[in-house]
Amino acid sequence: MKVTEKDVKYIAALSRLEISEAEMPKFTEQFNQILNYADILQKVDTTGIEPTFSILPLYNVLREDVPQEGVAHEDALKNAPAVHNDGFKVPRVIE
Amino acid sequence: MKLYESTVHELHEQLQNKQLSSVELTKAVYDRIDEVEEKIGAYVTLDKENALAQAAKVDAMIAAGETIKPLAGIPGAIKDNISTKGLRTTCSSHILDNFIPVYDAHVIANLRKDETIFLGKTNMDEFAMGSTTETSYMKKTHNAWNLDCVPGGSSGGSAAAIAAGEAIWSLGSDTGGSIRQPASFNGVVGIKPTYGRVSRYGCVAFASSLDQIGPITRDVTDAAIVLNTICGVDAHDSTSLPVDVPDFTKALRQDVKGLRIGLPKEYFGEGIDAKVKEQIMLAVEKYKELGAEIVEVSLPHTEYAVITYYIIAPAEASANLARYDGVRYGYRNKEAKSAPEMTKLSRTEGFGSEVKRRIMLGTYVLSSGYYDAYYKKAMQVRTLIRKDFDEAFRKVDVLLTPTSPVVAYPMDGKIAMDPLAIYMLDVTTIPVNMAGLPGISIPCGFTDGMPVGLQLIGKALDEETLLRAAYTFEQATDFHKAAAPLGGNK
Repeated sequence: MKVTEKDVKYIAALSRLEISEAEMPKFTEQFNQILNYADILQKVDTTGIEPTFSILPLYNVLREDVPQEGVAHEDALKNAPAVHNDGFKVPRVIE
Repeated sequence: MKLYESTVHELHEQLQNKQLSSVELTKAVYDRIDEVEEKIGAYVTLDKENALAQAAKVDAMIAAGETIKPLAGIPGAIKDNISTKGLRTTCSSHILDNFIPVYDAHVIANLRKDETIFLGKTNMDEFAMGSTTETSYMKKTHNAWNLDCVPGGSSGGSAAAIAAGEAIWSLGSDTGGSIRQPASFNGVVGIKPTYGRVSRYGCVAFASSLDQIGPITRDVTDAAIVLNTICGVDAHDSTSLPVDVPDFTKALRQDVKGLRIGLPKEYFGEGIDAKVKEQIMLAVEKYKELGAEIVEVSLPHTEYAVITYYIIAPAEASANLARYDGVRYGYRNKEAKSAPEMTKLSRTEGFGSEVKRRIMLGTYVLSSGYYDAYYKKAMQVRTLIRKDFDEAFRKVDVLLTPTSPVVAYPMDGKIAMDPLAIYMLDVTTIPVNMAGLPGISIPCGFTDGMPVGLQLIGKALDEETLLRAAYTFEQATDFHKAAAPLGGNK
């Protein structure tokens, strides 16, 4: 077992998710199945091998600092679940 | 031949010559949708009113004597993870089921400039995570060749729509095979372009270093036509490549004489269905007959590709999907008493189980203490997978493999039972995304009435050789002309 139900609970919390008690055993089992399979990577000698973060040669793409039109304020709010005074409304953040 | 079964290039000629109007064509395709959609389930959203208005506009242009673009007035379908301004874009997820984009994806803007027609948005695995379209929150999509079977995925709706005559062309996206595998399962053509060929701006991000948009069509010529419109650098996507876009239709020549085609031995080993292999080997014989030179090559790190992908893609997804917090758009749990609780409950109720599994897998492999063992290791193995291809392409011009080790299989929710077994079936398509290479799937035969797809893999930015090799095979065979029966016991 790579991860226990307690670990899965912790990972869920980091991911801002909840796994129900009913789902937990199967979820943990499948999680372990995938992580166990990942052990085959340990057979590969990667000493001195650079990681590939992107297949492209990464470089900064710059442009002239000229103002451009972005998404309009009212457009940005169009899909908001709740709006208050031209802003996104959320429940209380600090108790 | 029915209008809805025709190709883009045939219809373009009829439109330009005024033998057919775009309104007539668009209505014919919607009639077909009315007739078969209940059986197939390809669409999440239809947009008939706007489509017919756009068709009338194109008809007016033609009547005024204008020369129209190859895709003008020809109705296509768009995968539901590609942003269409004013038209609901859900990623087949509960968390986005009310989301109406306020801007167009780059590819959509390009297609609008060419005066094409959007029929609607197609069903997919939720956030493109899956190979069967079964993880969709919206509906099931059925395979047009056997309604009891999956259409493949994640672009299952886009591929099924082409096979069932519910669209003339479509767009999919491909992170680990999501264009090529459903194309293969549905007996149609699908291309994943070189990473960077097509802007990802407005394609809802899954795994940013792997995602690429591409066409699904009835033949190779149509795929080249759609590519011409969607490729090109875009200031909104810093990973889009500042390279010239050739006229891909110029590559459509019947000529593979002397072309060196590599057969990677790892793609023909155990795990490949014997009947699929048989069809692929017949295609190899055909290529020999046509004058190509067949060379056996090796891609030794193939066996590590699947798990490497299932570390890298979830890691990127866990970061990309962090934006669904219930604050600015998407589903929100209204009962939550605090903002953190609101985010947690919105995500828990808004995401399906496959998406949760991948977010958590990604979070785990990036978490402190496991980063080196999983994520960094996978990134290093990715380098080795790329080098395998570099080595092979020193000896050959293209690689030939089965697109999938199997044909479309029965819909039975296997993904929920045994995710790993389904993941393993992606072994033939995943390495291509890992290396950022272009790949195409074309129909090459049938086993037990189900289509088999042939995958060709090209060098980076060499879609032209890929298209030429695919076109030559297609013109020498009839597999792309077969019509799906829409049979089965559903």
